[in-house]
Amino acid sequence: MAELSTAPGTPLVRLAGVGKRFGAVVALRSVDLDVHAGEIVALVGDNGAGKSTLLKIIAGVHPPSHGEILLDGEPVRMATPSDARAHGIEVVYQDLALADNQPVYMNLFLGRELVSGPLRRLDRARMAAETAELLKELDIRIPSPRVPIRALSGGQRQGVAIARATHWGERLILMDEPTAALGVQETARVEDTILRMKERGKAILIVSHSLDQVFRLADRICVLRRGEQVGVRETAQTDGDEIVAMITGLR
Amino acid sequence: MSTAPSTGQAPRREADPPGSVLARVRRVDPRQYVVYVAFLLILAFFAVTLHDDGFLTSDNLLNIARQTAPVTVMAVGMVFVLSAGEIDLSVGSIVALAALVTAIVLRDVGLVPAVAAGLGVGAAVGLVNGLFVTLLRLPSFLVTLATMGLVAGLARWTTDLEAVAVVNDTFASVFGSGDVGPIPSLVVWTIAIVALGHVVYRHRRFGAHVLAVGDNAQAARVTGIDVNRVRLAVLVISGTAAGLAGLLYVGRIQAASYTLGANDLLIVIAAVVIGGTRLFGGAGSVVGALVGSLIMGMLTNGLILMGLDSNQQMVAQGVLLLIAISLTLREPKGA
Repeated sequence: MAELSTAPGTPLVRLAGVGKRFGAVVALRSVDLDVHAGEIVALVGDNGAGKSTLLKIIAGVHPPSHGEILLDGEPVRMATPSDARAHGIEVVYQDLALADNQPVYMNLFLGRELVSGPLRRLDRARMAAETAELLKELDIRIPSPRVPIRALSGGQRQGVAIARATHWGERLILMDEPTAALGVQETARVEDTILRMKERGKAILIVSHSLDQVFRLADRICVLRRGEQVGVRETAQTDGDEIVAMITGLR
Repeated sequence: MSTAPSTGQAPRREADPPGSVLARVRRVDPRQYVVYVAFLLILAFFAVTLHDDGFLTSDNLLNIARQTAPVTVMAVGMVFVLSAGEIDLSVGSIVALAALVTAIVLRDVGLVPAVAAGLGVGAAVGLVNGLFVTLLRLPSFLVTLATMGLVAGLARWTTDLEAVAVVNDTFASVFGSGDVGPIPSLVVWTIAIVALGHVVYRHRRFGAHVLAVGDNAQAARVTGIDVNRVRLAVLVISGTAAGLAGLLYVGRIQAASYTLGANDLLIVIAAVVIGGTRLFGGAGSVVGALVGSLIMGMLTNGLILMGLDSNQQMVAQGVLLLIAISLTLREPKGA
């Protein structure tokens, strides 16, 4: 059965018995999970285990059928992605939700563009400057914040997507297979970026198929199988064999 | 010849400070400037070949500017529509209906109601287009294909194919034959609409949202942009612009007829895409559309002066259009 985390203090995000039913189909039975500030929690499980459903519940895409989401101890209701964003929750999508022909800075500020003056003119200079600064802090190297996304490599693009989530996600960053489409070197860079986000005190919930990556990044690992939470383990106190056994149900 | 920045070069360019001249030069996409070069080349070509026919006289050039005003106004609206990944095929029909309604209201009621009615017709058709596209999630290509026929039918029906004369000097002056100082009012309209369109497109959040929706609607949606509101808005903008184009035709010709605007759709789209706006959304230029419209106007004018009849003009325009889009629209390799 599910175990609650033992970390001290009020968790940034607490899921209490959260689940999702689509008609008669139970996609996710009941998940209890805490994520603290500066902590990376990995969600692992086979295809159809309910990882994406859980991410979508927290991102406000699918409101939960039952259970509660608490932010800083307060129960919240998130019916739309905008609600989740307003609560400081950002998602890094697997398929890179970036606009290819727009400059990097515009992607970072998409939907939240900076304006200046009484005429509310777009402040492109400030957006570009803030983008450059943020990317530098996260050590994401691109030629210029003014180049269009299509001029970037896959790793650079994912870096921009992560930077956007870092910039706007006050509380929690959700990541769905952030390195699935990347090569070895680019994966290493993106993992560096994720660790840097953690240093900044973000809470991170990451879905990954790579157990190696999970063990490199995560503080705790939450295992799902067929819509059920099998358990949560501290990374330091478990190993690949145990996690694989939990994922597959073979013991 | 038109090479887009390729992925392979990216790391090498890290050394450039973002604002440096070198970085700026390397960012330039040559295709953006083809339209301006083409404009100058065509101007130079006609200036030389048609020197004796008075192509380069200020009268003739002003004439071109006046004649292109309705197309330019529609082109500004179309930049928004194409940039948002939609298309509006109904603009030519809107011109005819708006022109006829304006002329009738002008004859029977008065100036201000006539202007309101003309613009209102355009906005209303745009709104209908937009509601079908957003509420029923239909492709704008099909919706506006249907309303193109529907509105053209309404225009023919309104007066049973009769033309309506306009005998209102104020209207004719404001929307057609008048001048503001030394500048013809049609040129003033052109400048005003291009300036307004450019500011909204480049300097307002709305313009950025239009581009984002046309580039990647999914990405726009997850960042909180109301995608449907943008799609509705661009079609209303385009319809209203076509309504204004109808007013400008009525002002210039001092009559309205169901034939007004009938050939404009392709010229408007040609002007917009030659001007650097992507047919599939996500990139564009209002000023480029103005230059594209002037190119189309120059071609028509120059070909007439060369003595080509209207059949030959169609062939020549088609050939030139093929050349123009080959130069401007070729997708960068690997994109």
